Amino acid sequence: MVTAEKQDMRIAQAWAVLGQVMDPEVPALSVVDLGIVREIRCEASGLAIDLTPTYTGCPATAAIRLDVENAIEAAGLGRPTIRLVTSPAWTTDWISPDARRRLKEYGIAPPAGSAPKGRRGLFAPEPAIACPRCGSTDTRQTSAFGSTACKALYVCAACAEPFEYFKCI
Amino acid sequence: MPDTAHFEFLLRLGDSCLVLGHRLSEWCGHAPELEEDIALANVALDLTGQADMLLAEAARFEGKGRDADALAFLRDAGDFRNLLICERPNGDFAHTIMRQFLFDAWQVELYGALAASSDKALAGIAGKAVKEAEYHLRHSGEWVVRLGDGTPESHSRAQDALDLLWPYTGEMFEADETVAALVAARIAPDPAALQSAWTRTVDDVLAEATLAKPPSGWMQTGGLTGRHSEALGHMLAVMQVLPRSHPGAKW
Ligand SMILES: [Zn+2]
Repeated sequence: MVTAEKQDMRIAQAWAVLGQVMDPEVPALSVVDLGIVREIRCEASGLAIDLTPTYTGCPATAAIRLDVENAIEAAGLGRPTIRLVTSPAWTTDWISPDARRRLKEYGIAPPAGSAPKGRRGLFAPEPAIACPRCGSTDTRQTSAFGSTACKALYVCAACAEPFEYFKCI
Repeated sequence: MPDTAHFEFLLRLGDSCLVLGHRLSEWCGHAPELEEDIALANVALDLTGQADMLLAEAARFEGKGRDADALAFLRDAGDFRNLLICERPNGDFAHTIMRQFLFDAWQVELYGALAASSDKALAGIAGKAVKEAEYHLRHSGEWVVRLGDGTPESHSRAQDALDLLWPYTGEMFEADETVAALVAARIAPDPAALQSAWTRTVDDVLAEATLAKPPSGWMQTGGLTGRHSEALGHMLAVMQVLPRSHPGAKW
């Protein structure tokens, strides 16, 4: 018989382990920082973990799932059961202020503000994006899409640095 | 609500994403500029991801042990239920962008409504995908304005594309027994409501692009019942060759 207290400890340990599992495409952030880990439960068969993909077509989803399974098992917590959930839809609002700071230090401009509530205006103006290198907001989008689904490309007019912006959705 | 209608409806949604996603992927390495190459590949990836989720759901309702991969790679053209506009060959860049714009404007309305579907799994997928569709629409809409209100050459190509593609838009709002059953079960939205919202977006953008909206007339039909153009068969031959030549291949 596993006590509730022991279960809580196991869940807390699992969260700590996953806090060290980095996103394969944005290695400055862990899967917990990104809000990809939604819930961890202790069930009769072992740990059950809910993951949510960032974008429906994110090619890293399978790799992340495998990394999570392996990390939990390596920590002696057993092979977990993974469930992919889509609701509520992933949003950059789940990225904490501390994680945003680390994203910027890594050279990627973090999402500006919070995700639009309701429908996005078709040609609504985008907020000014600050250059992660010099902080200037005199920047220009060079491509609405980037090297991964979650990013867009910008260039800074002040320091000439081309940089990636983590799209706010 | 019979599972067969549910299966059929999910297949239509998933197949349209899959086929258009593949068409866009054909631009990879060929787009007019690097940024656009990246953009079209990104949109293709989102659509393929949506197709994966929708076809997995379709397979669940079908209940015959097939999965999303089996539906994508082991069916022939006659079993596909995508909109005909999705299988149109890419043509020039204006044609690809116009096709994308007309489709994105439809998908934004459709997913927006499906996010409130009584089918909770579908609502979850739609609630996620609508954010992607809005981003796509912004991109394709901006291009339609840039091409339409650009040079005489870009304007005439954009207008040609619009005239050519317009007869393929009626299919988006077709209402048959399958749709009626899903509307009654509050799974799918009423196509007439979708059409008026879609028309508003299209009218606004075409006006800004100085493009003339074609008169509503005869519309193409057939995709939803599996009557496709020759173009789909050629496309599937390329898309499906690997899993068909090496059944069960893993990598
Ligand atoms: Zn700068």
